[in-house]
Amino acid sequence: MQSYDVAENGLRGLNATLQAQSADTNQTSWEVVNPKGSHAIAVGLDAPIDVTVRGSTGYYCAGMNKQATIRVEGSVGPGVAENMMSGTVIVEGDASQYAGATGHGGLLVIKGNASSRCGISMKGIDIVVHGNIGHMSAFMAQAGTLVVCGDAGDALGDSLYEARLFVRGSVKSLGADCIEKEMRPEHLTLLADLLERAGADAKPEEFKRYGSARQLYNFDVDNAAEY
Amino acid sequence: MCGIVGLFLKDQTLEPRLGSMLTDMLITMTDRGPDSAGIAIYGSQSAGQAKMTVQSDSPDADFATLASDLSAAVGTEVNLRANDTHAVLSMQADKVDTARQAIREMRPAMRVMSDGDAIEIYKEVGLPKDVAARFSLSSMHGSHGIGHTRMATESAVTTEGAHPFSTGGDQCLVHNGSLSNHNALRRKLMREGVRIESMNDTEVGAAYLTWKMQNGATLGEALESSLEDLDGFFTFVVGTKDGFGVVRDPIACKPAVMAETDQYVAFGSEYRALVNLPGIEDARVWEPEPATVYFWSH
Repeated sequence: MQSYDVAENGLRGLNATLQAQSADTNQTSWEVVNPKGSHAIAVGLDAPIDVTVRGSTGYYCAGMNKQATIRVEGSVGPGVAENMMSGTVIVEGDASQYAGATGHGGLLVIKGNASSRCGISMKGIDIVVHGNIGHMSAFMAQAGTLVVCGDAGDALGDSLYEARLFVRGSVKSLGADCIEKEMRPEHLTLLADLLERAGADAKPEEFKRYGSARQLYNFDVDNAAEY
Repeated sequence: MCGIVGLFLKDQTLEPRLGSMLTDMLITMTDRGPDSAGIAIYGSQSAGQAKMTVQSDSPDADFATLASDLSAAVGTEVNLRANDTHAVLSMQADKVDTARQAIREMRPAMRVMSDGDAIEIYKEVGLPKDVAARFSLSSMHGSHGIGHTRMATESAVTTEGAHPFSTGGDQCLVHNGSLSNHNALRRKLMREGVRIESMNDTEVGAAYLTWKMQNGATLGEALESSLEDLDGFFTFVVGTKDGFGVVRDPIACKPAVMAETDQYVAFGSEYRALVNLPGIEDARVWEPEPATVYFWSH
């Protein structure tokens, strides 16, 4: 395993080193020590490597990730895995606001709680939160799946497009145009797969599904005079 | 963007280190606020005596005979401890209001930063490390303290625009965010006779809390009602003689991280500010909930 000490060698060097790994690198396993809450740890990676961050991080950890598997042995600040394209990001602790924002693909797993705006404007990413999520989560979420094993805060799925939301616990309130929907067999299959990949100890049958009522983002000819 | 740090000690043996821990946290938050910095520290108290922190742009001239001038004006002994552009005046507690009035007449350019039994406030324009060095913040002792690094948005980069703000005895407030109804609220509070000395939005927030408390609210109740009456973005950290509180607006987009151990409760705008605290690896670390008042007191 390759080891990189952020306190000793700096953040720029870390990201330059990790970003320089090619698809066929033989240095496939990395550990990052002394992150000490630094911002932008392991961002913009584009190789199938494993990176373990030994400690908590600041803003934008694992942002724009492609292919890599990044595990954080601690908590993360705002914007973890923001705009992720593919790969896997696993947070052992909690995540601050807008985890997985605008993500296009890949899997984000948060083993603790996520705070407000989790999955805001998500565009294809899958997010599994073992704990609870805060208010305004999945705001304007377009595609992908958000799975919450605990409770959701206020205004879940406000102005939702086509992202799928599954919550096991309570939902404090639903946002505009977000409604509860029936759970069909294909949803149970999807959930079972995601829960297993995220190492979450929960049964698909325990969840409720929420989605867009499709009233807000579709043009309705009866409203033409309003424009 | 601004940076906030706060440290409330439960373990008295850490009190000699309060200044150095808080200074380290403050300097870490330079990226969030490089234009000014300030600190409120709750230190030594002596019975019947009050402290007043004053600031002058010409400290040599203003402070030279200040203690004796003030002593003659208010008819009590006044001691002065100068610290760069600031000075801490000690006097009989019931003379504070008279002294404030006398200072306004004798030294109109001088500013009163705070008064109270325990509070001292030091703030200036400049990089946090430079502000900390000029006041020797790291050598200060105390039971709790709050620091702020400022990136100005709502008013000019000046000493009086820097945080913390104190609008009542032993009270102080620091703020990350911006209030949007501060002009209307300032007019209302000034009509009520509340003292507001700058065009800064945060000072209005501080004055609002003071006004609520003057009208019988506890600090907790005042913070609760701020959620109704203040419009805008805020993460507030407040200090009182024996306590330390935190509240965030309901949207909560201004960051906040807290850590608690048997020895202390700490606040940082970012986790980075907390990483050098003793025992942080085993601390309970969490993000304060939106629209929720947190308070600790001795």
